[in-house]
Amino acid sequence: MPIIKVNNLSKAFGGVKAVSNINMSVEAGEIAGIIGPNGAGKTTFFNLLTGIYTPTSGEVIYNLERKISSKSFKPYKMTGYGVARTFQNIRLFKNMSVLDNVLIGCHNNMSYGLLSSLLHLPAFRRSEAKAYDEAIKLLDIFGLADKKDEPASKLPYGEQRKVEIARALAAKPKLLLLDEPAAGMNPNETKELTKLISWIKDEFKLTIILIEHDMSLVMGICSKIFVFDYGNLIASGTPTEVQNNEQVIKAYLGGE
Amino acid sequence: MKLINKKNMLGFLAVILTYAIAGFLIDKGFIDSYIFLNIVLIGINIILAVSLNLITGFTGQFSLGHAAFMSIGAYTSGILTAKLGLPFWVGILGAALLAAVAGIIIGIPTLRLKGDYLAIATLGFGEIVKIIGLNTDYIGGATGLNDIPRYTTWTWLYFCVVVTVLLISNFIKSYKGRACISIGEDEIAAEAMGVNTTYYKVLAFTLGSFFAGIAGALYANYFYFIKPDSFGFMKSIDILVIVVFGGMASIKGSILGAVLLSLISLFLQGIPELRMVVYAVILFLIMVYRPQGIIGKGEFKLFKKRGGLNANNQSK
Amino acid sequence: MEQLIQQLVNGVSLGSIYALIALGYTMVYGIINLINFAHGDIYMIGAYIGFALTTFLHLGFFPALILSMLLTSMLGMVIEKVAYKPIRKSTRIAALITAISVSLFLEYGMMYFVKPETRTFPEVLPNKQISIFNTSAVLDIKNIYILVVTITLMLILQYVIYKTKVGKAMRAVSLDSDAAQLMGIDINKTISYTFAIGSALAGAAGVLVGSYYNSINPLMGVVPGLKAFVAAVIGGIGVIPGAVLGGFFLGFTETLVSAFGGSLYKDAVAFAVLILVLLIKPKGLLGRNIREKV
Ligand SMILES: Nc1ncnc2c1ncn2[C@@H]1O[C@H](COP(=O)(O)OP(=O)(O)OP(=O)(O)O)[C@@H](O)[C@H]1O
Ligand SMILES: [Mg+2]
Repeated sequence: MPIIKVNNLSKAFGGVKAVSNINMSVEAGEIAGIIGPNGAGKTTFFNLLTGIYTPTSGEVIYNLERKISSKSFKPYKMTGYGVARTFQNIRLFKNMSVLDNVLIGCHNNMSYGLLSSLLHLPAFRRSEAKAYDEAIKLLDIFGLADKKDEPASKLPYGEQRKVEIARALAAKPKLLLLDEPAAGMNPNETKELTKLISWIKDEFKLTIILIEHDMSLVMGICSKIFVFDYGNLIASGTPTEVQNNEQVIKAYLGGE
Repeated sequence: MKLINKKNMLGFLAVILTYAIAGFLIDKGFIDSYIFLNIVLIGINIILAVSLNLITGFTGQFSLGHAAFMSIGAYTSGILTAKLGLPFWVGILGAALLAAVAGIIIGIPTLRLKGDYLAIATLGFGEIVKIIGLNTDYIGGATGLNDIPRYTTWTWLYFCVVVTVLLISNFIKSYKGRACISIGEDEIAAEAMGVNTTYYKVLAFTLGSFFAGIAGALYANYFYFIKPDSFGFMKSIDILVIVVFGGMASIKGSILGAVLLSLISLFLQGIPELRMVVYAVILFLIMVYRPQGIIGKGEFKLFKKRGGLNANNQSK
Repeated sequence: MEQLIQQLVNGVSLGSIYALIALGYTMVYGIINLINFAHGDIYMIGAYIGFALTTFLHLGFFPALILSMLLTSMLGMVIEKVAYKPIRKSTRIAALITAISVSLFLEYGMMYFVKPETRTFPEVLPNKQISIFNTSAVLDIKNIYILVVTITLMLILQYVIYKTKVGKAMRAVSLDSDAAQLMGIDINKTISYTFAIGSALAGAAGVLVGSYYNSINPLMGVVPGLKAFVAAVIGGIGVIPGAVLGGFFLGFTETLVSAFGGSLYKDAVAFAVLILVLLIKPKGLLGRNIREKV
């Protein structure tokens, strides 16, 4: 059974049809890639998947812990449903420490009361200690544990992207959405990240959908690729299928 | 995260010692009533600034109506202690709770607004509270509420300041407080990470109002007499100035800011005619030369550059 | 009924004043995103200039009006250069506090120089009243002066904004200041002109109010300033027709509330209306909603 199913999904901004009539599905345990030229509607698609935008028509259905339709999406509920994401234009909490950024990811899994918060009762200490350990473990995976106390904005670009992924993982998602995780990274970093993504997929038993312009990354780890152009899904399939698709070649080599 | 460590112990000792020494000096008359009055004002301003900092500095919600919550607290305690003859602790608790309830009622609808718009709405709310006060005969209308018993002692003042600072400092170190800070930093990212932003904004607003209510009670039960005009728009601005001057999202800054600005206005009383003019110039110089405050931590969301009218659609 | 007509007449005058002041708020906000809290004080200073010109120089209403507009527009430009230019790249809260410091400076600076007491503005407008439809409601000639001056100024403003180079530059900067700069528009000059025009309108409002109510004082700008600002926000701050709409809307609301016996609460109603409008249309009646792109 697919973990996510998208039916006739469209989103228009005034006259601009940013996403139009998309049908797709992704199976559990896959790494799916979304590619397409600038302005193709990839990020808008992610925003539809995470409740930031409401669809103009069509719907998204998740089969995670339970079945959830886009009718009940709200941005803050998505991590609770098992969906976490990163942003194309890195949205870290800049003045907060790296550790605190990741701890925000743990937000949904913490639940002590207001009194414990104000008085630092034992429930506070238990829950915070547990979250701290989890956060450190995640930072270790990304080699960032020694930078845990630095303000997030002080980190180099590539590391900020990693913190964002760590933050999303802290929410213990089933489905991870990565919007251009390798943007701004050099080839070496990209290579390392590619390995890391497929490693965390197995380690945390995730399904991953990622948007990426870097073909080495996409072709390297994605089992399935969706190609967007002008809001339309113009092709999908395995990396080889997509690479040989004529429409895809046309979209990339100048449809001007 | 241990409860008792060296730093905690030292802090605890310092708090107790300050209390004992000042208490002794007041008892023996070394601190006269004029100095004590200013200490009361500083204490009240610390509570107001720290509580507004939770709302504006940490959670990033621009409020220009904090004085209204203080006024609700002041009148509540005034009524409870003067009209109903109840003890001070009932006055303080009632003040805090009623202010908090007002915070919830105002917060739920208005906190959907952002930036300047929220500021304007809270300003409007503050003025409405003032006008209702001016027109309610039971609490004395424009002439104000009189004969409130003077219950605010050094002990009550110190206790309330310490409790406020401690609880708010604790709160911002909890996951709820972190959620509030994350909203101040980037609301969209906070939501994407599962933070129910409406809930936490209202929570911060309510807690801030709660403590502003306590400040109001201390004020009413020190000055015998309160009137709606004392809690107008300018009082809200004064509190905001302390927060900005001290440093957004810095508790220490708010404390320091409250002390320094109270001292500045104390000195300005020496030149009554030009007092406000000089105050205006000082404000201006601070904003130009030290906009991040004494203990500034850098660029917060509300501290974001303004740019043109299109500032909110160029964030791609 | 008569009372209602009377209040409607008053509403037009009050609305005109709010609209004139609101225009300056909105223009400045549109161009540099600053809530110019000192704007109400420029209105106050406009009234004092009018007072000085009519009392000491014995000028008539129109010469005083025009001279006062000229002087307040210069004051507006000076304030922008001295106080707001240094904080142009600064943050919202810092900018707001700066504007408040300018406001306090003008209020208490004036108080120091002209003394706090209320002054009597000379009778410069004909004091004649016309009965409306043979009822006891009266139309003061002054009301007509206010309305005519307001409408004339708005027509001129309309012309300046849509037909002149300065106006086009102002619109361009408020739409997208970076792009405007790339197109070779002098941002500094444009901002300066915006302050000049906005302040002149406030100055005019000051003279109108002075000659209508015949009394002025250094803190007279605080409440109308706040109200005009509320009017600008109700109409949609940054949107010029919104300021006019908001001004008249607020003027009528207030006089109607007074007509039905709620005059003590009219300010509260104004703010309640503001909050309601914001909750229903967060960017004001004519404001456009812009969603943040993610
Ligand atoms: N909030 C919005 N309001 C109006 N138009 C929008 C909005 N968000 C996206 N668009 C438009 O939708 C289209 C698709 O944008 P989107 O950001 O989804 O593209 P993308 O495929 O992610 O491109 P890139 O590779 O550059 O990130 C663009 O034309 C964009 O201008
Ligand atoms: Mg994109």
